[in-house]
Amino acid sequence: MSLLTAQNIHVRHGAATVLHNVSFAIQKGEIVTIVGPNGSGKSTLLRTLIGALQPTSGQVVRKAGLKIGYVPQKLHVDATMPMTVRRFLDLPTRVTDVEAEAALTRTGVAGIGTRPLDGLSGGQFQRVLLARAILSSPDILMLDEATQGLDQPGSAAFYQLIEDLRDSLGCAVLMVSHELHVVMSASDRVICLNGHVCCEGTPEVVSAAPEYRQLFGTGTKGALALYRHDHDHGHDHDHPHCHHEDAH
Amino acid sequence: MLSDFIMRAALAGVGTAIAAGFLGSFVVWRRMAYFGDATAHAAVLGVAIALGFQVSILGSVGVVAVLMAVGLWALTGRGFAADTVLGVLSHGALALGLLAVALVPSARVDLDTYLFGDVLTVSKTDLAVIWGGAAVVVGVLAWRWSRMLTATVSPDLAYAAGIDPRREQLILTLLLAGVVAVSIKVVGALLITALLIIPAAAARNLSRTPEAMAVIAVLCGIIAALGGVGLSFTLNTQAGPSIVCTAAALFVLSLLRRRA
Repeated sequence: MSLLTAQNIHVRHGAATVLHNVSFAIQKGEIVTIVGPNGSGKSTLLRTLIGALQPTSGQVVRKAGLKIGYVPQKLHVDATMPMTVRRFLDLPTRVTDVEAEAALTRTGVAGIGTRPLDGLSGGQFQRVLLARAILSSPDILMLDEATQGLDQPGSAAFYQLIEDLRDSLGCAVLMVSHELHVVMSASDRVICLNGHVCCEGTPEVVSAAPEYRQLFGTGTKGALALYRHDHDHGHDHDHPHCHHEDAH
Repeated sequence: MLSDFIMRAALAGVGTAIAAGFLGSFVVWRRMAYFGDATAHAAVLGVAIALGFQVSILGSVGVVAVLMAVGLWALTGRGFAADTVLGVLSHGALALGLLAVALVPSARVDLDTYLFGDVLTVSKTDLAVIWGGAAVVVGVLAWRWSRMLTATVSPDLAYAAGIDPRREQLILTLLLAGVVAVSIKVVGALLITALLIIPAAAARNLSRTPEAMAVIAVLCGIIAALGGVGLSFTLNTQAGPSIVCTAAALFVLSLLRRRA
């Protein structure tokens, strides 16, 4: 059975219907990316899947006991709340110091546990959010525009990390992104969203689909190739890996 | 030598400070100050009703505060509770309360007690109510601490972890009404929010984690309560303003030791 299924959901924001008749399912171990232009309902879909928004019709079905590791697009901790990285990792469930440090090491930010959250760089903050998300041993990791504010090598390294985490944790990954060129090759399946599901399939299928080209133009295919070239000869990974087999 | 009524005043102040200190941190983090004001001001209406109909002040204040708090909670769920709406409700409730008190001839003499607090006249029953209320507030906060904290940091993180942030907000709102009801006699309706916010604000400057902030807020509140009771006794001033001035002085001191 799928981990998480959306069946013909409609979601409204006030008077506007943001999602029409969206159906979606994700299986164990899959990396699925939702792409779409601004305002296409990507974040709305993700927030509906975590239960923050209620569909006006249709339903979201979670596998019993499903654990979600959620990495929000933005997280603003009010300046009035003192919060160290270490304490943040305890939300909502306390973890041991060993587990906390292991998660920080896993996401590439070892040793910053004592730092206050508001003193981190954008990249460090995203990795701390990711460390918190994996601490619950999630069945599914959900990331909303997780690489916003990172430069391209930073994004590429981040997506590589996500893929490694998928391989080691065995969880599914659902990402929302507008960074097509970076995301496409890191995904098993891509869903192109524009209020409804325009097209869906492997990165190759989607990037060749007329609906996708209509939304994003044809330029991204070149960028995709360029990214793959970069990726093959990447300087920011210290071990070889077989990425393409996963993606195809 | 400490006489009985000073001991009672000190105990009342400390009990109130404990409840207000823990809850006050959430009020500050969630920016619920105006929310607190509105609830406390509604309590004045509760006092008027109690005096007019000869019913229990605690019960009447409690019911009106809870109604106001739940009403506000429902409004925030609909995206209504902007500053303006809260301002209208808060000051509207205060004015209505003052008007109602003015219409109850026998009530005027007592009004000061509930506007500014009269900690030197607390009875043993009042003490039991204050400490019982404080125990409930601290108990509920300790029980749901992690859920409330997660919901405060980010409602979406809470949803993803299976926590309903709206429910946590409702519980906080009810606790706020409870604190208003039990502390009105100590600090008075006009300054309850100050007792919630100022110790927490002072504690923010001295702490690195939310728990440290809550504990330090309680300590600051206790110092302010004891200092305020002493001040009130020696200078024959009203309890609420005396306690709040002491708290404000602590806040100024905390600025000297400010951490990031």
